[in-house]
Amino acid sequence: MKVYLTRRYLFSASHRLHCDGLSEPENQATYGKCNNPHGHGHNYALEVTVSGQVDPETGMICNLSDLDGSVQREVLERFDHENLNCRSEFDGLVPTTENLSEVIFNILKQSFTAAHLEKVRLEETMMNSFEYAGGAELRV
Amino acid sequence: MVYLTRKCEFSASHYYHNPEFSAEENQRIFGKCANLNGHGHNYTLEVTVKGAIDPKTGFVVDLKELKEILNREVIDALDHRHLNKEVPEFSQQVPTTENLAIAIWNRLQGKLHVAKLHRVRVYEVPDLFVDFYGEV
Repeated sequence: MKVYLTRRYLFSASHRLHCDGLSEPENQATYGKCNNPHGHGHNYALEVTVSGQVDPETGMICNLSDLDGSVQREVLERFDHENLNCRSEFDGLVPTTENLSEVIFNILKQSFTAAHLEKVRLEETMMNSFEYAGGAELRV
Repeated sequence: MVYLTRKCEFSASHYYHNPEFSAEENQRIFGKCANLNGHGHNYTLEVTVKGAIDPKTGFVVDLKELKEILNREVIDALDHRHLNKEVPEFSQQVPTTENLAIAIWNRLQGKLHVAKLHRVRVYEVPDLFVDFYGEV
């Protein structure tokens, strides 16, 4: 029985959307207020979806404390209360939430192996969210 | 194909315990959920069905009928119950949210006349939910 489990986490970070390859007016035109020089911040909500067979003994796909531990260690401690532009993960990469979704998916793919990582979903604000499934098709 | 989701809530108590595990193993694997006095949650259930729109009614499914099925098959059996002690599926099985989603799927499967069951989503708390699509 293949089951999908989703856990939600919160973290806060700042960023500035700016591409070195674009001129100042182009950056301003492309990113609008997200290009303001000193940056700004968001309360991000991260949803991590994993899947697998339910272990008949434990009734679980994986132990939630293992998932929590990986996300805490590998994602929240890395990005919570940080300036994303100053992180090495965003050297040469604009810290849009699209890119952040992909970065987080790839980090978790490496570090969490107790169940299959299906996708990450990242809410930047209540009005927008981004999903990345490592190139796989998203489920309805 | 159109997907329709109906949401409902129920409250239940449970604990996690496998008699084949030692007391230490139960504690290590299930943590605070292993407390044999149990604890409870307000669960949110989202049931998604899919189907073609009936050209006469404009419905994928008769919502009144879906609500009656949900109440009869799921809510009446689970709401304000102790899952371990009162729900037959969990007499031999740990009532995790994973197993609960499968049990609800099995209770609903075959009960719908028109639309097809697509997904059962069970929120144990707002930051944790499980999806089951009936996949083997």
